[in-house]
Amino acid sequence: MQDWRPTTALCALEDRASLLQQIRRFFEQRQVLEVCTPQLAACGVTDPHVPCIPVPGYGYLQSSPEYHMKRLLAAGAPAIYQISHVFRDAEQGPRHNPEFTLLEWYRPGFSLDQLIDECVTLMQSLLAPSGVIRLTFRDLFRQHTGLDPLTGDLAAMTRQAREQGLTESLSRAQLVDLLMATRVERALPADQLVVVTDFPGWAAALAQTRTDTDGETVACRFECYFAGQELANGYLELTDAQEQAQRFATDRSLRRELGLTDMAADPALLAALSHGLPDCAGVAVGLERLLMARRRADDISEVWSFPAGRA
Amino acid sequence: MATYSTNEFKSGLKVMLDGDPCAIVENEFVKPGKGQAFNRVRLRNLKTGKIWERTFKSGESLDSADVMDVEMQYLYNDGEFWHFMHPDTFEQKAADEAAIRDAKQWLKEEDVCTITLYNGNPLSVSPPNFVEMEIVETDPGFKGDTAGTGGKPATLSSGAVVRVPLFVQQGEVVRVDTRTGEYVSRVKE
Repeated sequence: MQDWRPTTALCALEDRASLLQQIRRFFEQRQVLEVCTPQLAACGVTDPHVPCIPVPGYGYLQSSPEYHMKRLLAAGAPAIYQISHVFRDAEQGPRHNPEFTLLEWYRPGFSLDQLIDECVTLMQSLLAPSGVIRLTFRDLFRQHTGLDPLTGDLAAMTRQAREQGLTESLSRAQLVDLLMATRVERALPADQLVVVTDFPGWAAALAQTRTDTDGETVACRFECYFAGQELANGYLELTDAQEQAQRFATDRSLRRELGLTDMAADPALLAALSHGLPDCAGVAVGLERLLMARRRADDISEVWSFPAGRA
Repeated sequence: MATYSTNEFKSGLKVMLDGDPCAIVENEFVKPGKGQAFNRVRLRNLKTGKIWERTFKSGESLDSADVMDVEMQYLYNDGEFWHFMHPDTFEQKAADEAAIRDAKQWLKEEDVCTITLYNGNPLSVSPPNFVEMEIVETDPGFKGDTAGTGGKPATLSSGAVVRVPLFVQQGEVVRVDTRTGEYVSRVKE
């Protein structure tokens, strides 16, 4: 028989409604403006790890509201937030659904530390963790693998990846991704909020980069983990149009190497950056992950009413 | 030959890995924030029955395996091969020791088994979930003991040994669950 019923219990629906209310109250109190930007737009993203879903004749379902929100900021918008549905092709598993809900907010004039503080305050009010740990990506990775992600021995890293059933050969960045997803994330404390900063330079995406105390290039990016799951991803936003254009070009040549379809660099975002994006920090939070953490759910279908295959 | 990409992997799908046909048992998509996505896959090697755990970059693909399950009737064992027949087409297939493995102790003539064929040849044999067989040897039980206290071993006509209650006697036919090797009940002739 056709599976027409939702996969969520009624209490999970109520929990989502109350979560949305709490979030809206949090931002109202802080005078952050709720905005709404298109979910269907002409351009997708060039990032080879973010597969967009094309809509023939229109463009792409948006994988994040980031570009449009930055265009609002460049046009003079104050601090803004959005709760929107976003889409990523073929991402499906216990923690992934091709369509999910993202809370994203931007703070003009904020440093990354100020944004981390605000994000932690929100998470504390929503999840009541028993504590907050803050450490750099390099320290976290070293703690769990004994290897430095940026300078560690590649052969040793490959050996650890083999233990996870890998047989292909991977680049350093891919090996680090694999060990993060299969070893490090799973070993994180279940009841504490873990804030990870200073991601490898290659994982800067749309964040600024800087040189750490060892002289290595790291990204001004942070992530929050709770119960072994990635919940939030934030940047000190890149505002330099030329650097942004260069990163788009690098993404596109990587896409060619990987045999992925080409994606155009969004000319509207580049034009907005050329016009001038104010210094700002922004962060995105997966709301299903947040609900899963709140409810101690193991599968996203427990908090998303009609997952792919039933939608 | 057809290939399957990691996003088509699902439980039961038959694929080739390292030259052996395998069935996918479990497929988990994992992805660290904004990084490379991977699929962690558990597969059963259909030749050996062993479970393999592999990690693939998402988007990689594997060739499909020419594997299918057919229902066939067991005919006889010639000492080297076990022979089966398709009940409609009368086509016959011979399974060797490697394919028959533990199934041989549950084979009874005319019983219908599931034969997994790989490139048309038997790869493995699954006996029916329940078989009825005669006890050819067991110690006489004690009269009046109907509750059974752990039972006693009994040898079936196929050579399999199962534990039966004390009241069950030599020459009787019993029903056995082949998945657990446990006695289920007596069968009244």
